[in-house]
Amino acid sequence: MSPSSATSRARELLGVGSLTNKALRTWLHGLPGVDQVGIEARAAALATRSIKTTSKEWAIDTAIGMIDLTTLEGADTPGKVRSLCAKAKLPDPTDLGTPQVAAVCVYGDMVHIARESLGDSGIHVAAVATAFPSGRASLAVKLADTKDAVRAGADEIDMVIDRGAFLAGDYRLVFDQIAAVKEACARTGDEPDAHLKVILETGELATYDNVRRASWLAMLAGADFIKTSTGKIQPAATMPVTLLMLEAVRDWRELTGELVGVKPAGGIRTSKDALRYLVMVSEVAGDDWLTPQRFRFGASSLLTDLLLQRQKLRTGVYSGADYVTID
Amino acid sequence: MTRKFEYAPAPESRSVVDIASSYGLFIGGEFVDPSGGKSFKTINPATEEQLADVAEADAADVDKAVRAARRAYERTWSRLSGAERGKYLFRIARLLQERAREFAVLETLDNGKPIKESRDVDIPTAAAHFFYHAGWADKLEYAGLGPSPRALGVVGQVIPWNFPLLMLAWKIAPALATGNTVVLKPAETTPLTALLFADVCQQADLPAGVVNIVTGAGATGQALVEHPDVDKIAFTGSTDVGKSIARTVAGTRKRLTLELGGKAANIIFDDAPVDQAVEGIVNGIFFNQGQVCCAGSRLLVQESVAEDVIHRLQRRLGTLRVGDPMDKNTDVGAINSAAQLARITALTAAGEAEGATRWSPPCELPEHGFWFPPTVFTGVAQTHRIAQEEIFGPVLSVLTFRTPDEAVAKANNTPYGLSAGIWSEKGSRILAMADRLRAGVVWANTFNRFDPTSPFGGYKESGYGREGGRHGLAAYLDTEGTH
Amino acid sequence: MSRLEVRKTYKLYIGGAFPRSESGRSYEVMSSGRAPKFLANAAQGSRKDIRDAVVAARSAVKGWSGATAMGRGQVLYRVGEILEGRREQFVAEVASSEGLTRPQAAKVVDAAIDRWVWYAGWPDKLAQVLGNLNPVAGPYFDISAPEPTGVVGILAPQESSLLGLVSVIAPAIVSGNTVVVVASEDRPLPAISLAEVLATSDVPGGVVNIVTGRTAEVAPWLAAHRDVNAIDLAGATAVPWGELEAAAADTVKRVVRPAGTGTDAVEPDWFATPDLSRTRAFLETKTVWHPKGQ
Repeated sequence: MSPSSATSRARELLGVGSLTNKALRTWLHGLPGVDQVGIEARAAALATRSIKTTSKEWAIDTAIGMIDLTTLEGADTPGKVRSLCAKAKLPDPTDLGTPQVAAVCVYGDMVHIARESLGDSGIHVAAVATAFPSGRASLAVKLADTKDAVRAGADEIDMVIDRGAFLAGDYRLVFDQIAAVKEACARTGDEPDAHLKVILETGELATYDNVRRASWLAMLAGADFIKTSTGKIQPAATMPVTLLMLEAVRDWRELTGELVGVKPAGGIRTSKDALRYLVMVSEVAGDDWLTPQRFRFGASSLLTDLLLQRQKLRTGVYSGADYVTID
Repeated sequence: MTRKFEYAPAPESRSVVDIASSYGLFIGGEFVDPSGGKSFKTINPATEEQLADVAEADAADVDKAVRAARRAYERTWSRLSGAERGKYLFRIARLLQERAREFAVLETLDNGKPIKESRDVDIPTAAAHFFYHAGWADKLEYAGLGPSPRALGVVGQVIPWNFPLLMLAWKIAPALATGNTVVLKPAETTPLTALLFADVCQQADLPAGVVNIVTGAGATGQALVEHPDVDKIAFTGSTDVGKSIARTVAGTRKRLTLELGGKAANIIFDDAPVDQAVEGIVNGIFFNQGQVCCAGSRLLVQESVAEDVIHRLQRRLGTLRVGDPMDKNTDVGAINSAAQLARITALTAAGEAEGATRWSPPCELPEHGFWFPPTVFTGVAQTHRIAQEEIFGPVLSVLTFRTPDEAVAKANNTPYGLSAGIWSEKGSRILAMADRLRAGVVWANTFNRFDPTSPFGGYKESGYGREGGRHGLAAYLDTEGTH
Repeated sequence: MSRLEVRKTYKLYIGGAFPRSESGRSYEVMSSGRAPKFLANAAQGSRKDIRDAVVAARSAVKGWSGATAMGRGQVLYRVGEILEGRREQFVAEVASSEGLTRPQAAKVVDAAIDRWVWYAGWPDKLAQVLGNLNPVAGPYFDISAPEPTGVVGILAPQESSLLGLVSVIAPAIVSGNTVVVVASEDRPLPAISLAEVLATSDVPGGVVNIVTGRTAEVAPWLAAHRDVNAIDLAGATAVPWGELEAAAADTVKRVVRPAGTGTDAVEPDWFATPDLSRTRAFLETKTVWHPKGQ
């Protein structure tokens, strides 16, 4: 979708002749409010679901298959990325039945390493782009960053929104940047376009009302996924924020028929947490989202704990860190 | 590829609790046989399995219990300092916390409520009530009830089956903290946690006779209410029985507080935080199978958003898990008794007959036990019985309104006045509505919240007196003169 | 030749007006003391007068309870001022009604005026003294405040025709309730004079309604009336108050029993220092919860 087509579709959805900040503001601020205490209580209630035996087995494998195995360090090297890719393909050498993760998520300059390492495994390469994590660069730089990663073979682009512009009320600027990056995700010919994940950095948006508005703005501008966090800002993903974003994609589907994915990222470390997120996906957005096409975990250490739990279910005894490869 | 997240059974272990095959009456610090030798059975309403044989107290047993309470009041309890009384209550609070799982399992078995509710709400809140009131015992002169508040003496308490241990705590904790002794009658369908509480009293070394538990049905309660040596009656239950108690007590010097029925309006404005409002509606009417006196049984939704709210509500109800109360994932458990189920069934049939539209999510109900699916009636008019009478079940009646004035008028148009809900993002509207609603508890942008510090009780035919907080103490104290 | 006095016709006080009883009946009111003499004919109110008084009281609830607490205080204080101005009239009326000497009656009237003024200072303190913020264990603002219960039926004390009367009316209306008062059966005249004071003050019509007549005849209608929220049985000393309380139970009315022990009902010493118990009896506690979030 080109920026101009994104704009015209947005005008149609909003029923306005011109997609001004005012029009966007009216629309976004017309969304129902979010009560903090209520949404946090709902998330806490969902967290009490007890997932046992067969459903636990199923959920652990489902969660592994939804992981965007991530390394986003200044110290990343080709060697580090290659070993991460190896683990993505073969998470547990002691059990070849272990599912593969969904994607490996790296900085743009590591895309070609990951691409080469993952080969035809079917595991996607996701690249963070647009002056990740702050997003403080010109649009030209952000687009160049994106195109660079797409050219290097990224299947997915994780962009950041301009939180400053959002908080300043410049919704049109945020919209335009997302639409432009979306266009930069396009490939020519038969090659599939890169999927666009839009990182809201909810920890900087601060309020649930803002998260709801940012979710809708990102979907309006063409996001394939909405993602909570860069992982560089605290708080990163939380249950209530993800719950809210799941409500947003659910309601967006009712409005447009489109299914947009959700990716909580950062801070999800344990199997117990992952299972709670899956419960939330199932009960809030619905089981249509229980697939890597529509739900991902952005995480680095989560996989290790899922594998430990998986081993426990398989062997009947508690496992230990020495029985899972570090990467 | 369609996937579905099926939750495997996650049953709470029953082995944590030992249920005796039969129980006596707890009088004067020990379990005794009933004088008439009669008993009744208590069953698990989810399975109809018989749990235990429970003694049925007659007037002679009640008399014995009142004498024990009087003796304990005169010889022991009224001579203790407030600080010492408080320490007993602290002990009880701690014992309830220590044995929380045991109480939760027993409550769920006897009552039919989901284990997650007995575990996360009933038992912790009951312990919290004892903890809160323990601290009052030696501070009563600071309660703003006059300079020298005095205990009343022997208190007779009759409690319902919907929150058996929690209602016991609401009754016993303030009564003991203020220096009274107690004869309590639990509901006949849910006596077991009260009897386990007797065990807690023994573990706490509570002086004999300070708490007495007499099990039985209406006649037992009647004997307690009529007993001439009872100084005060506290009752929670139906409005009909409450009125009858008030008539019995009339013309005597017995004090009386009543916490009776309700038909709460839960009012949703077009600017409500809609997803939280839907949760509030669900919590308001399906918490404890709707067997809650303050349940939000009448949904008043602004007409402009009614369709959207009902759609969201129905979608949400599709995720409610109805079934085995012992399963940790169960949201809606069993109805407490065959009689209650019959009442719900009759009133919902009347709702249909009067022309309201009935809807329930698809759900499979167990073969045995007493079950009723979450039910929503739309197109309900104020004149329908399901909009007027307390159903005390998982049944929501949806009505619409156009303006705040109309919402207030409809909300208040009932002889009840226990609770109400308001959902709006506009602060000044909430405050104005809260002022105008004739209800003892108003939940704004939340519903069914309870806390030991927060007074609870009704206006109009929902009763009088408050439970909880500073106000709740007044129900058990002689405070001021007579004018 | 001495001047012939102009006598007053004593009527009911309902909705701010002074109607005769709809029944057209009246009864002789005699003075107390060794040689009772005719004082006046009082209207003998009927159940329909009670009915009309309840309608008036109900329709006055919204305005009176909706007035600011400070406003109610000012209005009630104004009543105190007017009472003081009519002190001599009340002294004479109380003396003849209760068979007191002038100095004794003056003491009663002064106490009644002072009592009224004591209550006049309460409206804007009640919520502060009787309400509170509840520190619940969660992110909620939780506040409890008193509200008037609505319409209060009052059987005024039979003996203390002014001080007792003031001591039961004032605590009910300070908080915003409206009242239907059945005046002392044998000593109703000070009640009607008080009504004249109320009518010429700023107390809105219907806030206080006074019916004179036979307590035993009208009290059951008041106790059973479904649109009455509470009843004060202070004056049920010569009628079976237990029956009235039982009738009140049919609509779960709040009941203040007469003083005394057991089934005996006696009149308390109205000179005793008042407290808040009568005011409390006609208040509801409303608790409001709201989440605290961003």
